Amino acid sequence: MPEQLVFAMEVFLNGLMAGVLYSLVALGFVLIFKASGVFNYAQGVMALFAALTLVGIMEGQVPFAHLINAIFGTEIHHFGWHVPALLGILLTAVVMVGLAWLVNTLIMKHLVNQEPIILFMATIGLAYFMEGLGDLMWGADIKKMDVGLPQGINLWIDEATFEIFGYGFFIDNLDIWATVIAIVLVAALMLFSQYTKQGRAMRAVADDHQAALSVGISLNFIWVLVWSIAGFVALVAGIMWGTKSGVQFSLSLIALKALPVLMLGGFTSIPGAIVGGLIIGVGEKLFEFAIGPLVGGATENWFAYVLALLFLVFRPQGLFGDKIIERV
Amino acid sequence: MFYREAGDFKTTYAKDSQTFPIRFDRYRYYVVMAVAILVVPFVVNDYWASAVLLPFLIYAIAAIGLNILTGYCGQVSLGTGGFMAVGAYACYKLMTAMPDVNIFFHVILSGLITAGVGVLFGLPSLRIKGFYLAVATLAAQFFLVWLFNKVPWFYNNSASGQISAPTRTVFGAEVTGPTASAEVKYLFCLAFVIATAWIARNLTRGSLGRKWMAIRDMDIAAEIIGVNPLASKLSAFAVSSFFVGIAGALFFAVYLGAVEVGEVYGINKSFLVLFMIIIGGLGSIFGSFAGAAFIVLLPVFLKNVLVGQFGWATDLAAHLEIMILGLLIIVFLVLEPHGLAQLWRITKEKLRLWPFPH
Repeated sequence: MPEQLVFAMEVFLNGLMAGVLYSLVALGFVLIFKASGVFNYAQGVMALFAALTLVGIMEGQVPFAHLINAIFGTEIHHFGWHVPALLGILLTAVVMVGLAWLVNTLIMKHLVNQEPIILFMATIGLAYFMEGLGDLMWGADIKKMDVGLPQGINLWIDEATFEIFGYGFFIDNLDIWATVIAIVLVAALMLFSQYTKQGRAMRAVADDHQAALSVGISLNFIWVLVWSIAGFVALVAGIMWGTKSGVQFSLSLIALKALPVLMLGGFTSIPGAIVGGLIIGVGEKLFEFAIGPLVGGATENWFAYVLALLFLVFRPQGLFGDKIIERV
Repeated sequence: MFYREAGDFKTTYAKDSQTFPIRFDRYRYYVVMAVAILVVPFVVNDYWASAVLLPFLIYAIAAIGLNILTGYCGQVSLGTGGFMAVGAYACYKLMTAMPDVNIFFHVILSGLITAGVGVLFGLPSLRIKGFYLAVATLAAQFFLVWLFNKVPWFYNNSASGQISAPTRTVFGAEVTGPTASAEVKYLFCLAFVIATAWIARNLTRGSLGRKWMAIRDMDIAAEIIGVNPLASKLSAFAVSSFFVGIAGALFFAVYLGAVEVGEVYGINKSFLVLFMIIIGGLGSIFGSFAGAAFIVLLPVFLKNVLVGQFGWATDLAAHLEIMILGLLIIVFLVLEPHGLAQLWRITKEKLRLWPFPH
């Protein structure tokens, strides 16, 4: 088998894994967009915030330590305890639910019936606010996250592929775990929205706010629920990305990567988010592999957007999105 | 008191439809212009010029540009940073290729080049709108920054990958380069600000501006009553990019002098200009100025108070600044979606009625 082809296959597999992570972030977008028509730009920062909070809780960091020290002239940094990973994740989930409630009560409730673009800009404001808040609370330095997920090269795949192709593929254990967790998460979300009362209420709100309201569904409750679930998805994405590349500001930029994923897959479709993520993940890795060296590399910065742009010109609603019908 | 229409009679149609129909408003505007042109250049020093005045003037041009596209024509753009970079690099190439030409023309030419690029990236707006278009403009943002980083022709193969402005003059006075004086830079930018504000104001209240606003309010209905969406949207992209390109050129050549594209014209610049028009007021020329002033002054103010007065660490102040910025966006969107311009309008309305509330 020619060497280039084997390389390409490895790149393809790695692209699939990266795509899974994009899909994870995109999922959070889709959930909120379906239920409330809000395009939540802050999803990426929510992932960053969740990851920061998790690390902060696990390491027993004092929130706002820098601020407190600056105001009172004290020298506090840590409580001096370590929280186990599982408890830390639970506590962070509670924080994310609290955040969801705050966002809904303080912002989204007041912006009902505004134009979508106004809501979008409000979430950009939210993203800035949370970025500042996260840095202020937990400090801006790059943090290492370790919740016990295995990392490093998967030896089994390495050996198996070596025997077949004569070249061992490098697949990170973490990526495999991310894929498994993403599949479980999606399955759980599907089951939740199909078989539970809250899930059905959520879908009803997504279909028609007013009709849902008139049959006695509390819009407020559903929106808090949806933002909480999105916060939880952000937490999962934050853990994955944080373990992979450290908890730092660039984590919030994956939100920008999730945008073209959504464009491609369609805003309202959970399968769309997954397929879109995989296409973008594979596409940008293969493009960088094949075309990148010819044009100076770093094409990953823009490839996803240009792909989404070209695709949109031919199919404005995305792969699985609802067809947009407009009437005067 | 003196803010009255009483006794301020209009006898012609031209007088009735002028920009400042109330006499006091008009005189106030003349006074502001006079102070800006005749007083400020004699008292300005390097600190004020580089910390407050130059960024304010340049961002005001960019905000007017984006306001035309987003506020008047309803096309959200997150590519402002990229288009500013086009202006900057066009200006750099022109400055180095034609060193003897007055820099005035370089800046205008770079605006025209940016307009062309803007139209190119505006083409998808005919098929897609709203968020989808925002992503299309993000494509412009990332692609352009990447392009300027990767193609050595754009930065004349300089080793650092940066572009730095050589010394160029207007009528013998140095405008760019390390030895240019603050008042010349200030006057040069002020000339562009006055020109762009004047052009924008008159475009937006003429037939073209009405077409833009019709497209913004409901594009399909606008099409039915005879507005050509192709011409309107693309003209909005062209005019907007023209202004943004001028702002980018001035930002590079006059204000900073040396630029690294990824840092200066990154996605954050796009958001900053977007914030200016949200806080200032969408669809208002005055709002563009107010928003630009607000966003330029906020960090200066916070830095002086927190770092200067309280002695806090600078990174702490920076985090607080981002937080306050985000909070302000949300507060404005929730409480006053039309921004500072609307607050100003309300104040004027109250003053007209004062001291009687009704």
